[in-house]
Amino acid sequence: MTEFEMKLKAAEKAVGLGKLSRRDFIQFVMATGATLAVAQAMFTRAARAEPKKGGTFKAAVGHGQTTDSLDPATWSNGFTFAWGKSVMGAPLVQISPKNEVVPHVAESFEPSDGAKKWVFKIKKGITFHNGKTLTADDVVATINYHIGPDSKSPAKSVLSELVSVKADGPDTVIFEMKGGNADFPYLLSDYHLAMYPSEGGKIQWDKGIGAGPYVLKSFEPGVKMTAERNPNYFGTTYFDAVELLSIIDVAARTNAYLSGEVHFIDRADLKTIDMLKNAPDTALYNVSGTALYSAPMLVDQAPFDKLEVRQALKWAINRKELVDKILYGYGSPGNDNMLAPSLKYAIQPEPVYSYDPDKAKALLKKAGMENLKVDLSASDAAFPGGVDAALLMADQAKAAGIEINVVREPNDSYWDNVWLKKPWSLCYWGGRPTADSFLSISMAAGAPWNDTHWKNPRFNELLVAARAETDEAKRQAMYAECQQLMHDDGGQTVLLFNNYVGALSNAIGHEEAFNTDFDHDGGYMYERWWMA
Amino acid sequence: MHPVLKTVLQRLGLGLLTLFVVSVVIFASLEMLPGGFAEAILGQGATPETVAAFNHQVGLDRPATVRYLEWIWNILHGDFGYSYAGLGGNIKRSVSELIAPRLYNTFFLAIMTAVVAVPLSLFLGIMAALYRNSWYDRIVNTITLTTIATPEFFIAYLLMFFFAIKHRWFYSLSTVSENTPLLEHMYRAALPALTLTLVIVAHMMRMTRASLINLLASPYMEMAQLKGVPRREAIVKHALPNAWAPIATVIAFNLAYLVVGVVVVEVVYVYPGIGQLMVDSVSSRDMPVVQACALIFAATYILLNLSADIVSIVTNPRLLHPK
Repeated sequence: MTEFEMKLKAAEKAVGLGKLSRRDFIQFVMATGATLAVAQAMFTRAARAEPKKGGTFKAAVGHGQTTDSLDPATWSNGFTFAWGKSVMGAPLVQISPKNEVVPHVAESFEPSDGAKKWVFKIKKGITFHNGKTLTADDVVATINYHIGPDSKSPAKSVLSELVSVKADGPDTVIFEMKGGNADFPYLLSDYHLAMYPSEGGKIQWDKGIGAGPYVLKSFEPGVKMTAERNPNYFGTTYFDAVELLSIIDVAARTNAYLSGEVHFIDRADLKTIDMLKNAPDTALYNVSGTALYSAPMLVDQAPFDKLEVRQALKWAINRKELVDKILYGYGSPGNDNMLAPSLKYAIQPEPVYSYDPDKAKALLKKAGMENLKVDLSASDAAFPGGVDAALLMADQAKAAGIEINVVREPNDSYWDNVWLKKPWSLCYWGGRPTADSFLSISMAAGAPWNDTHWKNPRFNELLVAARAETDEAKRQAMYAECQQLMHDDGGQTVLLFNNYVGALSNAIGHEEAFNTDFDHDGGYMYERWWMA
Repeated sequence: MHPVLKTVLQRLGLGLLTLFVVSVVIFASLEMLPGGFAEAILGQGATPETVAAFNHQVGLDRPATVRYLEWIWNILHGDFGYSYAGLGGNIKRSVSELIAPRLYNTFFLAIMTAVVAVPLSLFLGIMAALYRNSWYDRIVNTITLTTIATPEFFIAYLLMFFFAIKHRWFYSLSTVSENTPLLEHMYRAALPALTLTLVIVAHMMRMTRASLINLLASPYMEMAQLKGVPRREAIVKHALPNAWAPIATVIAFNLAYLVVGVVVVEVVYVYPGIGQLMVDSVSSRDMPVVQACALIFAATYILLNLSADIVSIVTNPRLLHPK
């Protein structure tokens, strides 16, 4: 680094911290021969780069219903999920943009007994919004609320391996599992598992009192939520207040953004994305995440019980075209591996399924199943554009002599009556932070959401072994084999990984990298972003 | 008995019966829909175990008839019950608490629209009848027919584009809360009210025009003309009183629409009215809320129709003083 570069770095830092004025900075940069425009652009960039406190962050999301409630066990949409992560709630751990698990309410965690037992130390001096000190008892009560026998929480299946959770003194919690799980801390980053104050072993969620960065001020279900900075927050946050609006209609959401009423919108309309991209002071929030669109086949039902049929269908789909036409290019094609490339231990199994109707034909011939006819149950409830995707697949498969009959299912009861029940349907999967947590709920034998009924003994053996394996190299090899098996033999057709696409105003500053495990910067945007 | 009083009592009695039938039909339809509250709330996250736990907490594991009878028993005692959402916690959300602010917003918007739209369409209609087939008549007809033929969400987008994005005169979002001051509430609700005005003016204006023109051909209007009454006076004094009945019916119909049918406009402007609440409650099968909304909607129709009938009786001496 030359002397000038070092000085420039220092000057930029000073601007970011607000210690160097625009005038001085520009004079300094122009002294080196840069034009005024360049100098000004450099100033703006430098001024945005350093986080600072203040401002009200307003976001509008395409989720939210009048039936939403403050009960953490009912959170399941884009309006409520981030509450537990970076608004009112604070979970034991957080996920970093690099997909690492970092302690949050917890101070540290240690495995023992082959990762069957986990000891969590709780940070001292954390207080809830009502002033009560957070203790190990609150942690135990919170976890028990979700895993108890009469729990309705989706976190119950996430923590299905958990046998007991006990407090050991005021700041130690001991988790015990059925089997070893080296990734257990990741599971505790689940957005349902925000800590709540407890009394007599029961948590109180009614008033939205948590230990998170913001104190709930108002909540109108299906309309709006406002919260103000928690002055006693134990972590770091920047905004003075946050406002979250539910705007289901995508055009209205876009208008709210364009008219400057909000700083961020999620789920931008991909059809008009180019116009939005060119709006003044706008950066596209375009993050390739771990979420995916799939077409699961039930491998215990004809004709999908034949390996050749499954493989033929995998070759008969043009995933690249699906990405281009359904997502307008904002995604990447799948390869029947549920793990997104950004996840730890993810590999790209060979051969990569590209569009090859001849290969599909040959496979069907081998199985004696030429002129295959199959039903595909589709709905836009599975994912936006689901019916279009199914029709496109039907068209692509024709070249392989396969007739796909697209059955349009009602949106309303899609998850009750179609998914997991019809032999071939469409589905979407949100992000999961680890290979184990994703595969355990979606591909393991006996998992309630195993939507292919795939029960490969080798796969399940490897999955359990890898879960408790603490040797990185061995673990990597096990997961690689798991992914290869799922790719070759499984009933899962991973059509594509969809990007999270939204619009973000330049008035908001953020770290270079975003979290990939969920939309909204992994749900941490309220805590991690700042007013530039 | 006075004919007005008699009609009112008769209609109210029938209205109660209608409300009962509506509640049965709505309940039965909700029961017949696939899926239930727990599945709707938990979505993809619903496993048989969590659904069962949820249903038990909410009391949905009991037979439908028991639930209906319990609900209607409570209604008869003035208790609209609790929303399923949030049941099982310590704070229950009573249906009346949930509905009241939204109902207020809906009525606020409806009244705001009606105050503008009704006089405007009467004025436009009377003028159109007066200057029938003139340029004025044609222009008014074309414009109002265009606005009624354009889908309301499209009108809303256009207004938003011009008045909120191109020129930032109004807000593109109409999010209001209980703490919003009256003037700001009116300002925020201006674009939705304008949208709705454009949607309903044509219907009322054309009805006014048509019923007046119909009467203009009658012998007594010819008589008025012959005895030298100016055209304007003839219309306002002689034709209009006889035209009130059909006009009142159309106005009542449109006002009812303003209360029960504006969910699209609510969604586009993010205005927290009762329509969105009902749609959400139907899709999540939140029976007590759906029932309460349905009863309110049905009662709105019944009461507005009743007032339209009263207007036609009061303005018609033959009905007012029957022999």
